[in-house]
Amino acid sequence: MLQYLVFSLSLFGIGIAGLFINRKNIILLLMCIELILLSANTNFVIFAKYWGDIGGQAFVFFVMTVAAAEAAIGLALLVLVFRSIKSINVEDINQLKG
Amino acid sequence: MPDILFMIFASIAVLSALTVVLVKNPVYAVLSLIACFIATSLVWLGLDAEFLAWTLILVYVGAVLVLFLFIVMMLDIRFATMRARFSRWLPVGIAITAALVAMLLAFIAKDKFIPNADVAILAYGKDNVRNAELLGNHIFTNYLAQFEVAGVILLVAIIAAIGLIYRGPRNRRQQNVHKQISADPRDRVRLVSGE
Repeated sequence: MLQYLVFSLSLFGIGIAGLFINRKNIILLLMCIELILLSANTNFVIFAKYWGDIGGQAFVFFVMTVAAAEAAIGLALLVLVFRSIKSINVEDINQLKG
Repeated sequence: MPDILFMIFASIAVLSALTVVLVKNPVYAVLSLIACFIATSLVWLGLDAEFLAWTLILVYVGAVLVLFLFIVMMLDIRFATMRARFSRWLPVGIAITAALVAMLLAFIAKDKFIPNADVAILAYGKDNVRNAELLGNHIFTNYLAQFEVAGVILLVAIIAAIGLIYRGPRNRRQQNVHKQISADPRDRVRLVSGE
């Protein structure tokens, strides 16, 4: 049980660290968010087994649905940003600065 | 699941997650992310979540991550200039990551987390009830409205993505239906008297 939780925690830590290491590239930021979501889903699955309750797995099902929608819209926005400023560097997206 | 299989798959997943974060080429990063998801879905198989494990491979790896791969390959970007130096926010990042991980680790280590034999009698594979059947019964009994809302969310995502990206016909001839329908004979022909 503990080793599963440590596995999920290490995925979460790598995802959070990746957000800070790759904070220039939007694609890699989105991929780190996917990693964090995966670790959250893994926690749901672990505790579904721990409590013997299938409800945790139902939650993972819905989280996956919303994550797919999020990835589709996020990548669409990414393509739009690339079309307008020809870059996906976070530091180039400064048009909203007051 | 035997612990040795869990150790193998978990170490594959963690190593490929590290590769995602540290590798320079984003194409390799997406491929490592795919490896990480597949290894994690094998871990889920050991956690009695068979349906979700296959869903993770089919939906997530098959659709979402391949979409990432398409985007990475389609956009013409010089990725080499993007990772020139570690930013000055790196110490902050390390501090935040260490704080979060330490907090969660303290919480995990506090409890023993020995599965309670009284509680953990989930009917996976028991009485010929399969995981997909159990999950389907649970979702369609308790979460029917939420299931419909999830479908609507996917539809909205499709429409929003297409609406954001589509920019009409470019560099090709196409009939303008609206203009055709609203055409009026009086705009085309002018009758003059022949006197």
